[in-house]
Amino acid sequence: MAKIPISMTINGKVHQAEVDPRLLLVHFIREDVGLTGTKIGCDTSQCGACVVMMNGSTVKSCTCLAVQADGADIMTIEGLATDGNLHPIQEAFWDNHGLQCGYCTAGMIMTSVELLQRNPHPTSDQVRAGLEGNLCRCTGYQNIVKSVLAAAEKMGG
Amino acid sequence: MTSRIFGSGIRRREDPRLITGQATYTDDIKLQHMAYAAIKRSPHAHARIRSVDTSAALSAPGVVAVYTGADTDGVLNPIPCAWVVPDSDVKTVPHPAIAKDVVRYVGDAVAVVVAESRYQAEDAIDLINVDYETLPAVVNPEAAMQDGAPQLHEDAPNNQAFHWVASGGDTDAAFSSAEVVVRETIIQQKLIPNAIEPRSAVATWLSATGELTLWSSSQNPHICRFVTFLVTGVPEHKIRVIAPEVGGGFGSKTPIYADEMIACFCSMRLGRPVKWTETRSENYQATIHGRDHVEYVELAATREGKITGLRTKVYAAMGAYLSTAATGIPTILHGLIYAGTYDIPNVKADIYGVFTTTTPVDLYRGAGRPEATFLLERLVNLLADELGLDPVEVRRRNLIPKFEDGHDVAMGITYDSGDYELTLDMALEHVNYQQLREEQARLRESNQYMGIGVTCYCEICGLGPSQVAHAVGFGAGLWESATIRFHPTGTVNIFVGTSPHGQGEETTFAQILSDELGVAVDDIEVIHGDTDTTPQGWGTYGSRTTAVGGVAVALAARKIRDKGKALAAHLLEAAEADIEYEDGKFFVRGSPDQSKTIQDIALMANLAYDMPEGMEPGLEASAFYDPPNFTYPFGTHVAVVMVDPENGHIELRSYLAVDDCGPQINPVIVAGQVHGGVVQGAGQALWEGAVYDDNGQLLTGSMMDYALPRAHMLPDIETLSTVTPSPHNPLGVKGIGETGTIASTITIYNAVLDALKPLGVTHLDMPLTSEKVWRAIHQRG
Repeated sequence: MAKIPISMTINGKVHQAEVDPRLLLVHFIREDVGLTGTKIGCDTSQCGACVVMMNGSTVKSCTCLAVQADGADIMTIEGLATDGNLHPIQEAFWDNHGLQCGYCTAGMIMTSVELLQRNPHPTSDQVRAGLEGNLCRCTGYQNIVKSVLAAAEKMGG
Repeated sequence: MTSRIFGSGIRRREDPRLITGQATYTDDIKLQHMAYAAIKRSPHAHARIRSVDTSAALSAPGVVAVYTGADTDGVLNPIPCAWVVPDSDVKTVPHPAIAKDVVRYVGDAVAVVVAESRYQAEDAIDLINVDYETLPAVVNPEAAMQDGAPQLHEDAPNNQAFHWVASGGDTDAAFSSAEVVVRETIIQQKLIPNAIEPRSAVATWLSATGELTLWSSSQNPHICRFVTFLVTGVPEHKIRVIAPEVGGGFGSKTPIYADEMIACFCSMRLGRPVKWTETRSENYQATIHGRDHVEYVELAATREGKITGLRTKVYAAMGAYLSTAATGIPTILHGLIYAGTYDIPNVKADIYGVFTTTTPVDLYRGAGRPEATFLLERLVNLLADELGLDPVEVRRRNLIPKFEDGHDVAMGITYDSGDYELTLDMALEHVNYQQLREEQARLRESNQYMGIGVTCYCEICGLGPSQVAHAVGFGAGLWESATIRFHPTGTVNIFVGTSPHGQGEETTFAQILSDELGVAVDDIEVIHGDTDTTPQGWGTYGSRTTAVGGVAVALAARKIRDKGKALAAHLLEAAEADIEYEDGKFFVRGSPDQSKTIQDIALMANLAYDMPEGMEPGLEASAFYDPPNFTYPFGTHVAVVMVDPENGHIELRSYLAVDDCGPQINPVIVAGQVHGGVVQGAGQALWEGAVYDDNGQLLTGSMMDYALPRAHMLPDIETLSTVTPSPHNPLGVKGIGETGTIASTITIYNAVLDALKPLGVTHLDMPLTSEKVWRAIHQRG
């Protein structure tokens, strides 16, 4: 299989590589770049553990080829805090016990970033609907919803 | 008095690394020269292996090695079952790590490929050609015991894995003289645990020293080390098992699986680190399932609604082999707790463990106790219907009165403490039960169907006294350990043998220590999950981590306090009897200015130039705690549902959990455990189920097909609590990790059936999908 050259910005840093055309974006991020904060929880695009931001929108990075992200601007969970300060959504998850085992958390937080960008004043039901594509088996979602609502308030949306 | 840290809902100390992506789970580990394993699994539920042709795979790009059952046979010992319930004729059939002759479920390992990359390994498993002679499958445990059913194991006639009978009182007499008997057939469908982190293992072998290191997504690294010795023969002291960050388990990461042992085998053969991580679809086949009972249950009572007897006959599927704790679940963790919160003098459990050609069944959140609570609380509702009584009234007439120091029940166990009526009253008052019933009646007049489910439960957890573990055939101790080490600067490490994976004990154990010794929580780090650095322990399952491991932390802290007192007396030139301790300070009675802080003591003990005669330097203590009893948390849950008869849709309108786990170390974490547990139980009631066809194919083979609860399907769960300390441990704490799941399935089920009562529906099998509900309504016209 001929390798294909790609270049993308991840968390503000340019990464260039030659990759197999079938390489999944999530594997590129985790294995090639070494940013393992993005997780893999399924193989059918159901669980959302692998959600990253691509050009400002969320994408399930297990359902996207690395070559499709050529030229893209990617943000992963590692790029969310700035200058050592937690993003308000990260802070809210911490404040509201919005995680237990932590495995779904990166995906939940990245999805919440987009959710609050699109709807800065969500209701509880809207948050629940917005998290439909992310599975958590620990929390029953309740404190995740609470965290997102608290973040919305804190972000002054 | 300043607010006490014990009981405070402080933020979790494990969270910063988790919310920033800095935590390390097993699959995040990458070692130099590491190779990747992929396991070839049987596509058949039952087949004889005629031949395995690995030649094409061996010559595929990047492939380092391919091993089959012929390679592991005689090298890896069979995967053992650790729980052999006595007096029940358990058939501990051999479970080879890689099948050589016969496969017994879809997912049974038949070969492993090791390659330079995961993609290459996955490619190559498709090139392995296995010639199978298919054999008939059997997926239902009752059917598997009938004459003529396909036989899985030579040594287990009629597929009977065990037969366990336990009773208290004279159940047969209770039934023959009963004024009322109600009966039910219950299918506890098979469930897939679905920890969001798939299982993963990284094994690395150093041939020069004979040391094996295994990173494993395990709930119990020390048990894993022990079993790794049994399977590989590497001596225990040469094995290091590390459970790094573990992404949920719910019981499914308690067993020791073939896959991790295969990773060890590969590394030992190749002299390279080998990583294996399951895909989710592989997880559905090869990680244990839960529940899977066919139950015939009956309740005897008087016309006044006093329960006089409970009797069951249960066929509990074991799947193809006996997984680590499999035999204990439908027996000890199930039958012994049958009477729940009620005073039932005559109880009998008649349980068959049965081999089926399906994924093995083992511990899944609640493990045996949700099934027990379900059958009891279903029967109580049926009894209420039979007698024309309110289901709450029947419960009230049978509740065990409040007790604070032990209560013996017919099955021979002793509950620690309970005040069941208190949680019932609190729950009914909070939901305004009477008003709900009135609303229900009003709504029915306009053909709207609301249902109310009320459950009183108690459960057995906090496993448990080691003597009892031995008596019931569990091949492990069930004590816990903690080592507290004060550094010269007064900061502390706590090393524990339990292995939390989401339950938050890095926080709650620090709270226990802080409460005992006055050290700020930020000055404490809890170390767990590494057999080389932590003392022996038996892991995190059975809601035991706090009730056993937390107590070990407190007891070790008290040893530190005793030593601190003696050293303070020496430094303050006072008699030890005159030294008092409060909030991190040792002082001379009556002279609080003459004091030493715990930090002063830590420094002086570590510098050790001015110690009392005979006192050892350092400030470190270990405690090993073996509890005298299990713990028996309890509570009352109330669900309110709306059922739409037009389409069968069920809306979970509200859910209240009133639980009593004794004193709560961190009430925010307790509530989080309840939320998650309730939702998992709701999943069983409403959506989840592992469906097999008659050929043993898992039809719900991916997250596309297996319906997990999602955020939009659920309301907020309300939580309240009462506090009845356990008299059987020094902290009074009880387990809370599983209560939500234990209570919620039947609470929601009873609510739905309550809603459907006017429509003549009295029974449905779970999960209560809209289609099933709609059909039941419309079949009755």
